[in-house]
This record gives sequence, structure tokens and C-alpha cells, in this order.
Amino acid sequence: MANLGINHVTKSFGSLAVLKDIKISIEDGEFLVLVGPSGCGKSTLLSIIAGLEEHTSGTITIDGRPVDDLEPKERDIAMVFQSYALYPAMTVEQNIGFSLEMSKMPKAERVERVSKVADLLQISHLLKRRPGQLSGGQRQRVAMGRALVREPKIFLFDEPLSNLDAKLRVEMRTEIKRLHQRLGATIVYVTHDQIEAMTMATRIAVMKDGVLQQFGTPEDIYDRPANVFVATFMGSPPMNLLPATVVDGASGPRLSLKGADVTLPLPSSVTARLEPGSDVLLGLRPEWLSLAAEEVSANPMLTLHVDVIEPTGPDVFVALRAGEREIMARLPTGTPIRSGEKRAFALDLSKAVVFDAGTGIAH
Amino acid sequence: MTPSKRLQAALPAFVLSPSLAAIAICVYGFIAYTALLSFTGSKMFARFDFVGLRQYERLFDNPRWITAVENMAIFGGLYVVVATCLGLYIAILIDQKIRLEGVFRAIFLYPMALSFVVTGVIWQWLLNPGLGLEHMVRSLGWQSFTFQWLVDPDWAIYTIVIAGVWQVAGFVMALFLAGLRGVDTEILRAARIDGAPIHKVYTRIVIPALRPVFLTAFVIEAHLAIKSYDLVVALTKGGPGVSTELPSTFMYSMTFTRNELGVGAASATVMLTSLAAIIVPYLYAELRDDRRA
Ligand SMILES: Nc1ncnc2c1ncn2[C@@H]1O[C@H](COP(=O)(O)OP(=O)(O)OP(=O)(O)O)[C@@H](O)[C@H]1O
Ligand SMILES: [Mg+2]
Repeated sequence: MANLGINHVTKSFGSLAVLKDIKISIEDGEFLVLVGPSGCGKSTLLSIIAGLEEHTSGTITIDGRPVDDLEPKERDIAMVFQSYALYPAMTVEQNIGFSLEMSKMPKAERVERVSKVADLLQISHLLKRRPGQLSGGQRQRVAMGRALVREPKIFLFDEPLSNLDAKLRVEMRTEIKRLHQRLGATIVYVTHDQIEAMTMATRIAVMKDGVLQQFGTPEDIYDRPANVFVATFMGSPPMNLLPATVVDGASGPRLSLKGADVTLPLPSSVTARLEPGSDVLLGLRPEWLSLAAEEVSANPMLTLHVDVIEPTGPDVFVALRAGEREIMARLPTGTPIRSGEKRAFALDLSKAVVFDAGTGIAH
Repeated sequence: MTPSKRLQAALPAFVLSPSLAAIAICVYGFIAYTALLSFTGSKMFARFDFVGLRQYERLFDNPRWITAVENMAIFGGLYVVVATCLGLYIAILIDQKIRLEGVFRAIFLYPMALSFVVTGVIWQWLLNPGLGLEHMVRSLGWQSFTFQWLVDPDWAIYTIVIAGVWQVAGFVMALFLAGLRGVDTEILRAARIDGAPIHKVYTRIVIPALRPVFLTAFVIEAHLAIKSYDLVVALTKGGPGVSTELPSTFMYSMTFTRNELGVGAASATVMLTSLAAIIVPYLYAELRDDRRA
């Protein structure tokens, strides 16, 4: 178990810059999730941490010690691959024990370590089988066993659940999280699934096109996205972005929504001074909208046209219209609402975010 | 059915029938005919006086046939083993992301494009003491150098192995290279993380995963070895003496030059059954796999 530092790491394949000045550091026992759209360089960064790929510049430290010149096996890391990468000609037992065998551990000790891990993952009955005779979920467990048996300082996971069906994915997600809590291990986990990121991480790094967009706790990322990309990438349905203009009001600047005849107070999250007349985007999570009660509420109100209602079980997603603009709201199931109505909605602006309309960066 | 539709349905059968007939008569017909002859007392011409297994007894009493079978075992065994190992080794070398890979692949595959006769003639020149290797090394100054395998009855069979392996190794390499390329790169990365040194990666992970390729290579090499005839004829003509006689050359000389049609037919039948013993299980396994897939 150890802390991990990624300091100003860049990586180019020829003239193609794949990672640009990545800077992340996590403490011992943290669960870091690297998330971002396909091709943003997550796997490349993970390979660099593992030592499978060389970086162009920067340093990687494990336990405060630079490991840039170390071979993968000397870094004391273990990795679980997306395709599981089990050795097809070996039994499950040999697969799990292979790294111990390579480090010349005596057989008796090896067998004991393997059986302990197999018990932990509930795959003891599979030890004599070959990977070809296992189901996807069982292979996944074997791949995890192969990593666990080494008792490494850091675990690296590259989209380990993406080949599983939805139900198994949720189960394994919980199981990995449980393992993390039980072992207190440091984990770096790559995914492009934002729900996996939110549910498992203690720290999330959101990447796009090789650039780190934001690094923080899941709450930071969800409640205080650093820019429009993070705001819309994390969360489902994504955050609503309403174009607005800053106007002067009696008690300081207010936001005048475009296409609607309303002005709203500036959310308390905004610390910067906004020049009147500047264009901004008001970021509102769907759950920050609620059906306004009859009496005048303390929150600002917006009258919107109800377009489509999508029940999901616990919640209903409601597509609303304000002129041309679509706004998603997330309401509790049982909310009396019908499509085609015009209803007043209260906006909870306490967490709302304001982005610069030009740069997309949060104010 | 309209006439044109009926014609369309009949056309494939119509087009295929001449070749089907040719195969039925020229291949299977003559196989049956040869098998039939092996139970007769035919000498120079085919006669139908059945003598039971007489010709097979005579065949296995013939020391020349025994030499041929022994040679087949030596040649076949070495040919298969050496060609497989060499092919695999070259494939592993080429798989190391080398430059000019295409060029090397072509160079190693090229011998396969030559006929056995050409291969035989080339190696006859190379191994001929007065013309080839020995002559060259001596003219470079090493006067005592001798390399006389081609004319030494105890060693001549190994020259056939050399020539045969030279010709087929590139093809085996191509088979193995395709197999190596099929190994998931994530497996190799996992092995690196597990700390396996490169030779362990191959012996423990990659080569065991190539089992089907080994099977294919073995079947191809084995049938090439058993049917090799032209290579021997071009390289040694079965000599010196009968020291490089193979079943195929034996069969030819019995049938066509020594007027022992019955014995020749018996040896041909023995060769066919041993080939079938190799090929049929392979085909069976392959076809069963296909059905499962
Ligand atoms: N060996 C390579 N040579 C050249 N470019 C590469 C190489 N490996 C990766 N890349 C490029 O680097 C970029 C990042 O790749 P990477 O595999 O890290 O993406 P990713 O974030 O893991 O995507 P995904 O979610 O699809 O797995 C991609 O644009 C890819 O084309
Ligand atoms: Mg990836």
C-alpha cells in the first residue's frame, strides 16, 4: 500500500501528443478513478504507471520514490486487464500463482497464498479449470485473484467490468468496492462509465483529449464541476446549461435567462465578480428543479412546458421546454404531472454553477 | 418451374459433372485398382490371378523395402521435428517487431515456391564435394575440410533432411507467425507485470497457446515427408546404393523398372493407409471443430 504521484507526465506517439502535462497525486488507500471519453488517454496513463509504456517526460512516484526506470515487476503493482488476459494454457491455479512462481516463491507458500485468494473471491472450486471453461464473471474473478495474490502496493484496473452484462457489472462493482475497504489498498481504476466512477472513487480524475480536466472527490466533480465538459460528462441525465446574460440588479448582479423573461439571483457558488453584459451558462442539475407548490416559494420560479415524461422506477425524468431550449428535470415518482401542461418549477440555486459562455470554465 | 429456372438449377451439377467423373475414375478408381492389383501376382502387366497377401509378405521380406521404411522413419522424424523447431524459432525472431519484416518473411517463404526437383538440384550442387561447399571452403584455404555426406551411404539420408527442411521451414514459419500474432497483446503485458522473463513467456504462455498450429504444422509436414519423391530423385536418386531409398522411390522402381507390379501396388497401398492414419483423425478433429463453431 502506498501513495502515488503523477508529476507533469506527458506522452507522445511520434508527433501525436496523447497525454499533456498530467498532474495527479493520491494518498495511501485511495481509490482513484480515471474517467473520460474513448481515446482520451486513460489506458495509456495506466500503462505508464504500470511501466508497460514509457512516458515522454515527467515522473511517476510510488511511496515517494521515482519508479521511472523500474521494470513493471519491480514497481510492486498488479494489473487487471479489460480482456482479463488470462493465460489460456494454464489452469486457474497456475494463472493466479504464476507471478509468485516467477518470483521463485516456494511451492507450499504459493499454494497457500493462492488458496487464500481463491477463498476470498469464492473461486476455490474452479482452481483446476482452464480459462476457456469459465464464464465471463468467473474469468473476471480469476483476473482479480491474479492481482490480489501479489499483495502489491498499488492495484491498476483497466475497464475490468466493461465485458460483463449489466447485472454482473453492478455486483462486481460492489465487490471491488468491498475489497478496497477490506484491504485498504491503493487502487487506480480506469473506466468510461461515469456511474462506476461516482460510486467507487474516493478521487476522480476526468480527462479529455489527453488533458486533465478536473481532479477531486466525487462530490467536487459532481457539485462543483470545473468546466462545461466535466459538468455534462458526469451525471445522467447531464447537467442543464442555460444561456444567460449578467445584468445589474438592485442587490448586485443577476442573471437574465435568454429566451425567457426572468432574471435570477446569482448562485452563491459564484465567487468571481461578473461584469454586467457578459454571457454565461447557468448549470443546473436535473434534480435541482422541483414542481413549485401553490404558495410562493423562497426559490426562484420558472414556468415551463412539459414535453416528455420518462419513468425510471424511483424517479421520473421530465423533458421540459423553455422556448427552443430543452431542460431535464428529475422528479420523484408519483409527482402529478402530465405531458402537454404548463407548470411552474422552483429552482434550487444553492448549488447551481455558472460557466463562462466563451471558455466554458466555471466562475 | 419455368424452363430457364430448371436450367439454372441443373447448371451447377452439369458443370461439375466432368470433374467429378474425372476424380471418381482417375483418383478413387485407380486407388481401388491399385489396391486390387496388390492382391494379384502381377509382374510386368496387370494380371488377375489372386494370390492373397503374398505380395505383402514379399514386400516385407525385401531388405530394400525395410531400408526404405527405416529411411522414412529417420527422414520423416527429423524433417518434422527440425522443420517445426526451426520454423517456430524464425517466427519468434520475426515477431520481435523487427524492421523490414515483410522482406524477411518473403525470403524465408521463397523456397516453398520452388519445386522439389529444383530444390534437389540446388542442394545436389551445394553438397557435391567437387562443386559445392567442400570445394568452396577448400578454395578459401582450408585444404583438409571435408563434407561428403552426399556420397556417404550412412549420411546421405541427412542431406535429404537438410534440403527438405530448407524448403519447408519458411512455410512453417508463416504458420507459426500467424499463430503468434493471434496471441492477445494484453496477455503479453500481463506476463511482463507478473515478472516472467522472455523465455518463460514463450515456453509457459505463448507456445502452449499455439497447440492448434503445432497440429496443423505436423499434418502438413508429415504428409509432405511421406509423399516426398522428387526431392530424393533429384538429389540422390535413392543412392549411393539404396541408402536413400524411400517408400515412394521403392514403389516407383518396383512398378516401372523391375517388373514387380504386384509388390509396387502393395507398397503403394501400405503408404496410402499410413497417410490416411495421419490425415483422417486430423480431418475428423477439424470438421468437428467447425461444426461446433
Ligand atoms: N501505440 C500507439 N501508437 C500510436 N497511438 C496510440 C498508441 N496507443 C494509443 N494511441 C493513441 O493514444 C490515444 C489514447 O489511447 P488510450 O488507449 O489511452 O485511450 P483510452 O482513453 O484508454 O480509450 P478507451 O476508453 O477507448 O480505452 C488514442 O488516440 C490512441 O489512438
Ligand atoms: Mg482504454
